[in-house]
Amino acid sequence: MTANIKISIKKLYKIFGPEPEMALQHVKNGIEKPDLLEQYGHVLGLKDINIDMLDGQITVIMGLSGSGKSTLIRHFNRLIEPTDGQILIDGINVMDLSDEELRKMRQSDMSMVFQNFALLPHKTVLENAGTALRVRGISAEEADIEAKKWLDRVGLTGFEGHYPHQLSGGMQQRVGIARALTSNSAVMLMDEAFSALDPLIRNDMQDLLLALQKELHKTIIFISHDLDEALKLADHLVILKDGEVIQQGEPQHILLNPCDPYIESFVSEINRVRVLRVRSVMQPLLDKALDTAGSVDVNATLEDVISQSGGDTNKVYLVKKEDEAVGTICMKDLVRALVPRVPSQKEAITA
Amino acid sequence: MSFYDSLFDSLGLQDWCSNEAKAGPMTMAELLAKSKSSTVTEETSLWNMPFPSLDNLHGACNSIPRTRDMTSGVEQLFLNVKSSLQFVLDPLTQPLSWLLDGSIWLFVATPWWLLIGLTLLTVQRVTRSKGATLLTAITWFFLAFIDHYSYAVQTMAIIFVCTGISVLLGVPIGIAMSKYDRFQKGVIPILDMLQTLPSFVYLIPLIFLFSVTESKLYGIAIIMYAIVPVIRLTDLGIRLVDKDIIEGANAFGMSARQKLFNVELPLALPNIMAGINQTIMMSLAMVVIASLVSAPGLGVLVLRGINNLELGVGLVSGFCIVILAILLDRVSKATLARIDVSQSNT
Ligand SMILES: Nc1ncnc2c1ncn2[C@@H]1O[C@H](COP(=O)(O)OP(=O)(O)O)[C@@H](O)[C@H]1O
Ligand SMILES: [Mg+2]
Repeated sequence: MTANIKISIKKLYKIFGPEPEMALQHVKNGIEKPDLLEQYGHVLGLKDINIDMLDGQITVIMGLSGSGKSTLIRHFNRLIEPTDGQILIDGINVMDLSDEELRKMRQSDMSMVFQNFALLPHKTVLENAGTALRVRGISAEEADIEAKKWLDRVGLTGFEGHYPHQLSGGMQQRVGIARALTSNSAVMLMDEAFSALDPLIRNDMQDLLLALQKELHKTIIFISHDLDEALKLADHLVILKDGEVIQQGEPQHILLNPCDPYIESFVSEINRVRVLRVRSVMQPLLDKALDTAGSVDVNATLEDVISQSGGDTNKVYLVKKEDEAVGTICMKDLVRALVPRVPSQKEAITA
Repeated sequence: MSFYDSLFDSLGLQDWCSNEAKAGPMTMAELLAKSKSSTVTEETSLWNMPFPSLDNLHGACNSIPRTRDMTSGVEQLFLNVKSSLQFVLDPLTQPLSWLLDGSIWLFVATPWWLLIGLTLLTVQRVTRSKGATLLTAITWFFLAFIDHYSYAVQTMAIIFVCTGISVLLGVPIGIAMSKYDRFQKGVIPILDMLQTLPSFVYLIPLIFLFSVTESKLYGIAIIMYAIVPVIRLTDLGIRLVDKDIIEGANAFGMSARQKLFNVELPLALPNIMAGINQTIMMSLAMVVIASLVSAPGLGVLVLRGINNLELGVGLVSGFCIVILAILLDRVSKATLARIDVSQSNT
C-alpha cells in the first residue's frame, strides 16, 4: 500500500501529576507504572508511543479500560497536552500551533465523536449537527443545509427539530457522527463511539461507519475496548496496555501471531471463524494441477468457506481476487487456524 | 492602685506609663474605683486577678488606651476616610437614587388598571402558567381592595430595581468566579460575610456615608444583601456544566466566548434562575428592614405598627408582605420550571 502518512505520533509520553518533567526522567530511566505512582505520586498515562496512521484508513486503538486510550486520542487535537514527544499531522507538529491555529485545526481539520455523545442538550438535532460550521462563523442557513444533508445520510431524516434527549442512544450517536461529518474534516477521532450502545445497534452503527468510509475515505482513529469491533473496523490495529503499545499491525496478522500473553488471552476469546479471512490462511499458488472443489473470494470469512464446503474437511478451494487466482486454501489448514494458540501450548513448544 | 501596677514596675516601664497625661473623660468604672479606693484596699491575690483587658491595664499604666479610646478611634478613622470615600462613591451611586426614585414614581403614577394589566400580561408571557397569572391577579386585587396598593407598588418598584441591578452585577461576577479559582477564593469570604452580617449592621457604615434621605442608601443595602445568591449560583451553575459537553465544545474549536454564550450560560440557566429567585426573596426581606432608613413601601407600615403600637396596621401589612413573598416566589419558580422543561423534558 502506498497511502501517505496522515498522522504520525513520535515518542509520545504523558505523565499526570504536579511535576511531570521530573517524573519523565524516571520513566525514561525505566521505572514501571506502579512504582512511579508509589514512589513519586505520578500516574504514567502514556509511554513511548510511536504510531503512523495512513491517509484514508481506519486505525483502531484497542485496550482494556484504563490502558490510556482516551488519553492518547485526546493528544491528536491537543485536548490533552503531551509531556514529551511529537504529534505530526500532514507533517506539521501540532505542538507548534498557536491557540488560534489550534482552534482553526479543531474547527476544520479534525472532528470528534464521543462515547457519551456530548451533544448540546439545549440545541436541536439540526443545530447540533451544524456545530462545526456555526463555530467557524458560517451562516446558520448554510450550516443547516450542510447539516441536513449529513443527517439524511446517517438516517435521521425528519428528526431535525428534535432535541437530543428525545432520541435513543443510537440515534444520538448518529447525530454525533453527522456533526463530525458536517465539519468535512479529513480526520475523525472516535473515542469508544459505539461502546455505550446495545449490541444490535452497535452492529448497525459499525456497518454505517464502514459504508460511509467506503465513499468518504477519511482518516479515522477509532478507540475500542472490544476486539470484535476492532477487527471488524480496523485497517491498522494498535493494542495498548498500561499506556504502552504492545503490538500493532494488520489485524489478521495480530490475530494469528499474538506477541504477548495479554493479546493471546484477548484473541482466544474471539469468534475466529467469523473474523479470520481467507487471505490470512491461504497458501500461495504452487501447483496449478491441484484438484480444487471450487473457488472462494480472498476476503471471504472462514465461515463462508465452511458453509460452502458443507463441512467436508478434505476439500481444497482456489482463492480468487477479482477473478484472478491468487492461492489455494485447504480445509485442514482452515480448521487448524480456528484453534487459537494458547499460552500453555506455546511454552510446551519452546521447552 | 491597680492589680497590674507591680507588673509594669517589674518590667521597668513606669516612666513610659506615667509620662503621658491622662486624657479623655473618665469611664464609669474609674469613677466607681475612685469613690471606693478611699475606703477599700484591694487585695492582690491570684483569686481576684482581673482579666488583663485594655481598661484594667490602663488603670496601671496610663499609656495603654482604654477600650472606649479604641471605639472612638474606629469612629475617627471612619470619619477621616469618609470625605474621600464620599467623593468617589457619591457620584458613582447617584444613578441608583435616580433609578429608584424614577421607578417608584413611574409605578405609582401609572393608573392601577394599566399596571395590573401589564403585570398580568408579563407574568403570563414569562411563566406560561395560568396558575401563576391567577395568583398574581388575586394578590393585586386583594392588596388594592384593602387600600395597600400604593405601598405594595412602592415595595415592588424597589425590588424590581434592586433585583435588576443585582443580576446585572452578580452574573458577571459569578462568571468571573467560575473562570478564575483565585478570584473565587477571594470573593467567597466576602459573600459569606455579606450573608452572615445581621442586616442592621451594614446599614451603619452606609448611614455614615450617605444621607438618610437619599434612596441609594437603602438601594445599596438591599443590593449588598440580595446579590449574594445570584453570584453564588452563577458560579456553581457554570462549574456544574457537564465536563463532557465542554470537552465536545473544545473539540470543535469553540473560543472561550462562544463556549460561554452557547454552552455554559444556557446550561447554567436553571441554576442562575434559582439564584435570581433567592435574590428576589432576599430583596423583599431587606426592603422591609430598609424602611428604617426611609425606604418607602409596606415596611413603613410595619415600622409604624411597631413604633406607635398600632398592632392592627403592623399585622395587616405583615400579612401583605407574606402574600407578596408567595407571589414573587411562585412567579419566579414558574419561570424557572418553564426553562427547565424547555431544556430537558419536552
Ligand atoms: N487527569 C488525570 N489525572 C491523573 N490520572 C489520569 C488522568 N486522566 C487519566 N488518568 C489515568 O490514566 C490512565 C488512562 O486513562 P484513560 O485514558 O481514561 O483510559 P481508557 O480510556 O483506556 O479507559 C488511567 O490509569 C487513569 O487513571
Ligand atoms: Mg476511555
